[in-house]
Amino acid sequence: MRPLSIALVGNPNCGKTALFNLLTGSRQKVANYAGVTVERKEGQFSLADRQVSVLDLPGAYSLSATSPDELITRNICMDTHDYGFHPDVLVCVVDATNLRLHLRFVLELKALGKPLLVALNMMDAAKKRGIDIDVEKLQQSLGVPVVPTIAVASHGADALKKYLAEQTVPLPAIELHQNSTDSHLQVRHILQSAVSMPSDTAVFDDRLDRLLLHPVFGPVVLGLVLFFMFQAVYAWAAPFQDSISASVQWLSGMVGQLLPEGIVLSMLQNGIFAGLGTVLEFLPQILILFAFILALEETGYLPRAAFLLDRVMFASGLTGRSFIPLLSSYACAIPGIMATRSIQDPRDRLATIMVAPLTTCSARLPVYTLLIGAFIPEQKVLGLFNMQGLVLFGLYLFGIVSVFGVAWVMKKFNRQKSDHALLLELPSYRLPNLRDLAIGLWDRTRIFLRRVGGIILTLTILLWFLSSFPGPPDGALLPAIEYSFAGRIGHFLAPLFAPIGFNWQIVLALIPGMAAREVAVSGLATVYALSAQGDNVAQLSDILASQWTLATALSVLTWYVFAPQCISTIATIKRETNSWKYTSYAVIYLFGLAYLFAFLVYQCAVWLA
Amino acid sequence: MRIIPIWKRIVDLSQLAKGSSAQVLSVQSRGADDAIAQRLLDLGFVLGERVKCISLAPFGGDPILVQIGFTRFALRKVEAARVQIEAQA
Repeated sequence: MRPLSIALVGNPNCGKTALFNLLTGSRQKVANYAGVTVERKEGQFSLADRQVSVLDLPGAYSLSATSPDELITRNICMDTHDYGFHPDVLVCVVDATNLRLHLRFVLELKALGKPLLVALNMMDAAKKRGIDIDVEKLQQSLGVPVVPTIAVASHGADALKKYLAEQTVPLPAIELHQNSTDSHLQVRHILQSAVSMPSDTAVFDDRLDRLLLHPVFGPVVLGLVLFFMFQAVYAWAAPFQDSISASVQWLSGMVGQLLPEGIVLSMLQNGIFAGLGTVLEFLPQILILFAFILALEETGYLPRAAFLLDRVMFASGLTGRSFIPLLSSYACAIPGIMATRSIQDPRDRLATIMVAPLTTCSARLPVYTLLIGAFIPEQKVLGLFNMQGLVLFGLYLFGIVSVFGVAWVMKKFNRQKSDHALLLELPSYRLPNLRDLAIGLWDRTRIFLRRVGGIILTLTILLWFLSSFPGPPDGALLPAIEYSFAGRIGHFLAPLFAPIGFNWQIVLALIPGMAAREVAVSGLATVYALSAQGDNVAQLSDILASQWTLATALSVLTWYVFAPQCISTIATIKRETNSWKYTSYAVIYLFGLAYLFAFLVYQCAVWLA
Repeated sequence: MRIIPIWKRIVDLSQLAKGSSAQVLSVQSRGADDAIAQRLLDLGFVLGERVKCISLAPFGGDPILVQIGFTRFALRKVEAARVQIEAQA
């Protein structure tokens, strides 16, 4: 039989992706539509003797698109753009408990005159709420075939499959009646004749919303949820990260025993294994964070959190939906930036991506603790606070203020002054489905490893090359890195960094330190000719204390509040904005602020001393 | 029945008190090509539809949560102000 291609289309929250997962299982691939960061989900399944390919279109409320996602859906439904997929039939998925909204979209699609089929989804939830739908009558008054489905039950798509197996290809187009009455009016008539609703909303939703959106309890519960999530990302990931790092080091060591010293070994150990370690060590945090985000999204709590926080975020030019990506950036900006996909307005999403690297990620801590330990005396302030703790707190506060400050400035300078839409639907509460969670997590993992991982690995090898070549001449007295390209770049750039109090050793350490912020610590150790192994942090701390002034130390700390010393973050920004322009904007403004504030801090400190 | 003067009865949705209902009259566009107004119409803010204010967000009561049809939407006040309503007498 001729193969069939179908496109799943529907309003957000209609259970479309769950239906897609049920139909295709693991036979799906996720990519981006050419030129935009809109997710393209395509999959396969087979009926008796027919192959069916399915495209899961981005959720849309209407064909008059207001976001890049909706534009894709519009283009494919109207066939105005070639994405290499021409569906034989549009399957419009509607939530049986939310027909007032969803049927209007069915009528809009029907007006296109293409072959159309309605999947009446969530029939189980409708039954539970006592909603009675006369499918036969609904089909008649819509003028479109209607098939009931339950995307969360294992046989929930059987009726749909049976229907598709029986169709001849091409399917007949929909008969268009010329009486173009108002679609809302038409929906009202259809609902009156085919549906009986005992109540407009579910009692359970009403009760839960009364608590979770309460002006006092709402924020308290949200605070607890976020606290728990933040703890989990920080704490649960640590043992996995440690064991991944240990395994990579063990592998690297094994290779070291097998191969002779030389370029090949150095590249394997310091280039490839170091890069691999960096890539894999991010995975636990990404997985745990996304498990939470997916579960919160599926239950319907995430849009409610956005509702609670919108006011606070909007004041500085962001949106309620920015909050969770920004909060998770405190653990690591990479999963944080990836999580901005839940922000629909592209301007808000870009603003969130741009400020995410300013949050104090956990990789800054090793640098902060090293320098604070070396330069800030362990004395009591006002007999109560620890001076070192106060400085650390100040650095965090500096990060928070800069997030809101930069977002606010971007809002002021944005030429597009049109209102930013929130228009956020708060869907019914639902239990998350394990299959959908697992598939969602697997998607994120694949995207990270394939796209971001490749860039990180390449750049790590490049940094290794710069730091290792050319090698030191025979009888060299200085550390090897001094003779390398990185060494030359460091010496060349040193005058530029003199006004902010950096000596050439610091500038040199910043180059391999681009790999990740915490690498700067080992970078400094290398430059100050310490062996790379063993517990030398205490030793390094002493050297720094004797060689740097306090002004220099404060300047370096300030530099690390802003500077994007992390190629993985830059790679993720590139991947998520799909634009070198915005990536370079981010890198330039972050380095610019780093230089500016380090300059101010250094000059003030010198002047005071 | 108390008679409410007409200028008090027609208000916009951002002024609807928590817990009260109203009938939608129209959506006012701001500017020539107002995507937000079009979207409000698509979502069901059309003449005669009943709308209810369910909740106000903390920290200043903006955005607001409204129910229209079987669906709940969070709207910023600047969005809700586009919807003209007739308060139920």
